Amino acid sequence: MSDTAKKTPLVRLEDLNVKFVTRESTVNAVNDVNLTLEAGEVLCIIGESGSGKSVSMRALMRLLPERRTRISGTIEVDGKDVLSLKGAELSDLRGGLVSMIFQEPMTALDPVFSVGHQIAETVRRHEGCSYDKGMERALELLELVKVPSAERRLKAFPHELSGGLRQRAMIAMALSCRPKLLLADEPTTALDATVQIQVLILLRKIQAEMGMGVIFVTHDLGVAAEIADRVAVMYAGRIVETGTVQEVLGNPKHPYTQGMLSSTVHGNMRGKDIEAIPGSPPDLRAMPPGCSFAPRCKYAEPACTAALPPEVVFEDGRMARCIKLTPSAAPEKELVPA
Amino acid sequence: MTAYILRRLLYAIPIALGVSIVCFALVYIAPGDPLQTILPEDASAETIEMVKKAYGFDKPIPVQYAIWLGKVLTGDFGLSIATGRAVTDDLFKALGNTMLLATGAVVVAFSLAFVMGLVAGYHAGGPIDRGVTGIAVIGVSIPNYWLGIVMVIIFAVELNVLPATGMGPRGSDTFNFWEWDHFRHLLMPLVTLSMIPIGIITRTTRAAVAEVLNQDFVETLRAKGLSEFEILLHVVKNAMPQVLAVMGLQFGYLMGGSILVETIFTWPGTGFLLNKAILTRDLPVLQGTILILAMIFVATNLVIDLLQTMVDPRLKRS
Repeated sequence: MSDTAKKTPLVRLEDLNVKFVTRESTVNAVNDVNLTLEAGEVLCIIGESGSGKSVSMRALMRLLPERRTRISGTIEVDGKDVLSLKGAELSDLRGGLVSMIFQEPMTALDPVFSVGHQIAETVRRHEGCSYDKGMERALELLELVKVPSAERRLKAFPHELSGGLRQRAMIAMALSCRPKLLLADEPTTALDATVQIQVLILLRKIQAEMGMGVIFVTHDLGVAAEIADRVAVMYAGRIVETGTVQEVLGNPKHPYTQGMLSSTVHGNMRGKDIEAIPGSPPDLRAMPPGCSFAPRCKYAEPACTAALPPEVVFEDGRMARCIKLTPSAAPEKELVPA
Repeated sequence: MTAYILRRLLYAIPIALGVSIVCFALVYIAPGDPLQTILPEDASAETIEMVKKAYGFDKPIPVQYAIWLGKVLTGDFGLSIATGRAVTDDLFKALGNTMLLATGAVVVAFSLAFVMGLVAGYHAGGPIDRGVTGIAVIGVSIPNYWLGIVMVIIFAVELNVLPATGMGPRGSDTFNFWEWDHFRHLLMPLVTLSMIPIGIITRTTRAAVAEVLNQDFVETLRAKGLSEFEILLHVVKNAMPQVLAVMGLQFGYLMGGSILVETIFTWPGTGFLLNKAILTRDLPVLQGTILILAMIFVATNLVIDLLQTMVDPRLKRS
């Protein structure tokens, strides 16, 4: 087999744009996002609130309210053109090929049905089996995600479980039909720190066992370092930098990524000031021309706001959107504050 | 669950006792004297004393209450002052008639309102929602006695297609399911009585459904690939406790029999009975009827409470 044989990636987003249209204004939530994910790969999308991470995930499953949302570009999952799917095809994809874990397991689970029922009905929907068979599978799944005394927990209602167990139940539900792609929308944000790491380790282990592709949305760089193979940094609806987790977190190229890294707390920082990024993200209803980070960037110069910086691709496959970077292997320009 | 039901039943006992005291006392607080209606104006002091003694009015009120309660517990509500018949007989006959009307209204109003509310809530903000909400507002706003009279004018007087009053032909005061004419008599009171519950339950259902649809878990259900119908089943179960609460209240009101509606259509139910008893100051009838109606209310609330806990397990903790 030659290396040239074209492998289709599991996920391919091309020029994805998501706009929320209301009578008063249009919010440009996601702008020209290009992204690929190989099967079995874990990609972390990092960015602050409102940067378009969650919206991109929801666009991938077409979960955004259709009436007010305009999606354009290409979304392909496992060779399927998601944007052209209709009715039953779309619901076959949801929960079958692609499933999602949400941030807040308390509100993301139906409070008046037992967790067992909620898993079983998913299994029944996609595998066409009986409800009892679904329940058996639910028990296996709860055991898979290490819920203690799973048999008893099957009949428990969401309010009877702790946050960590609830999120495990949520994960069990997402895994119930062996998806090829798992979307995780800040699944550990609402959990205690100790529970957070347990859930992360569990996810990583199951991901490796099942060989799923995972897109993991987070604003926590520590979480990204723990779980990701590759990282994409989003700012104001655009991806500003991608690369392997070691490269991006170890040697960030884009000023925003640098700023984000230096504004997190890590070892040996006692007595030092944390360097926060000044200002706040741009108004997505009226995007500035050029680089959307320029107004907050300490390296900004007039050229930055003139036109949108192109994607600068480095030879190892890394990408960053900044006009101060050069793509070649030529000696890198040193960034100098303006 | 059994323990929970027993506990709720125990709680109902003091409520029932309180209600009986209020029922008994209410009639004494109201001005007027029952003896005035049965005694001639020029009755002698001895006659008054004798009648008072016969009905037990000569004893202190707490003692009267104790005697009354003791009899009530054995199913004896005493004799009607106006007619001399046993209150129990009249009361349960009227209750049966009201129950027939109320059950009809419950079936019609609850199912219609639930479906309308569900559809409106599902399409919240759209033209269907606005249409249904409009109908609901009309339902609550139209006074039902006015609607009853207007319907009598249109269908009985002008078009002469439906009977204006009574339960059946020849002044019948029992309902015969085998005779079509009885159903023609039932129609107008039923429609009149259904209007307000339709309005109220439609609006409650609509609000509950729209609220549940905005909750996060609905997105999870979509993300699981469930069909819209399956999602709607989840939504209905979540909206149910709120809807049940209002349905219970409405059922209680309907069982009380609308005095106005039953009087307009001379439907021999509890409302009609109460109306007569008030006019004649018929204390035993008033007390008995009010007590039974209040008990039905207490029982309805109990049943609704239990149903709500069965639907939403979170309620059991409180």
